[in-house]
Amino acid sequence: MAKRKMKENIIRKTAARLSIPFIQLYALYVIAHGELGPGGGFQGGVILGASVILFILAYGMEEGVNRVKQWKTDVLNSVGVLLYGGIGILCLFLGGKYLQYNVLPVSDPKLASQLGIIGIEIGVGITVAAIMITLFIETARRDEK
Amino acid sequence: MIIDLILLLILVICAIVAIQMRDLLSAIMLLTVYSLVMTLVWTRLNAVDVAFTEAAVGAGITTVLLIAALSRTQRGEEGDTKLPSSLRVSPRVGLVVVLLTGALLTFGTLDMPDYGDPNAPVNMHVAPYYIEASYHDTGVHNFVTAILASYRGYDTLGETTVIFTAGMGVILLLRRTNQRYKGRVDSGQKKDEREHY
Repeated sequence: MAKRKMKENIIRKTAARLSIPFIQLYALYVIAHGELGPGGGFQGGVILGASVILFILAYGMEEGVNRVKQWKTDVLNSVGVLLYGGIGILCLFLGGKYLQYNVLPVSDPKLASQLGIIGIEIGVGITVAAIMITLFIETARRDEK
Repeated sequence: MIIDLILLLILVICAIVAIQMRDLLSAIMLLTVYSLVMTLVWTRLNAVDVAFTEAAVGAGITTVLLIAALSRTQRGEEGDTKLPSSLRVSPRVGLVVVLLTGALLTFGTLDMPDYGDPNAPVNMHVAPYYIEASYHDTGVHNFVTAILASYRGYDTLGETTVIFTAGMGVILLLRRTNQRYKGRVDSGQKKDEREHY
């Protein structure tokens, strides 16, 4: 009975549907602009994860788990860290030290450093967003059917 | 100046009320208010990156996760929650300890340099180097990002790994019990489990 009530809650769903795209856009902005203003991978990742959590809160755990597949978040959990570590190893292979971005093969070492930093910010963002979603889903759901 | 004092006063009130609160949901809400006010304090201290993190993590995600955890348990305490007598201390002892520690910390602040003093030791050591050279070294305008992602890249990798480990821990602990629970329901032990949970 409680579930049916949840499904009928049109205000909550509409509000979530309207705000989620803007929240996600803002999250991507925060990740991408960490080098210019406040923010970065961690904060942006948290906001991105929060937008998905908002979706699950508005639409219910059942719909949420259907949309956000478990294997996807599981993969993304590790993809971010691997991206971070992978950039470090790439720098090793290019003759630099671990995470020494300015050896990346671009014309200008400053640009290479920027690219490396953006790369690891994206990695942090992916991991943090996926982990936040995982934490919420695993904590809140109870498979009692 | 006066607004800083008001903010700090609100923080202290929130903390005290959150401890006194018997209802856990209200306590969580008070901690959220605490985080939000803390965000303002960080902003007043010009630490916008920290304020951003506090707003997103402290006031946002932590609240949701705590409420999610609360949904697995109960809002109030029940039964005998008293500590064993060997661990029990009089609240007065606690008050004395807290007051002494507070006095000691306040005494410690007397020696501190003025806020924002350019000649303070913390601003004389590596800070000038970061301000002058971080753009040249890393090509990034925001010092905080330059330090976190480049100069202290190992630390940030470690932090990301900590987050990753937290997620793995939750998956290993909770997902397994979720599935075990489900499996038992399927194999017909539903009643036992219902009573147990």
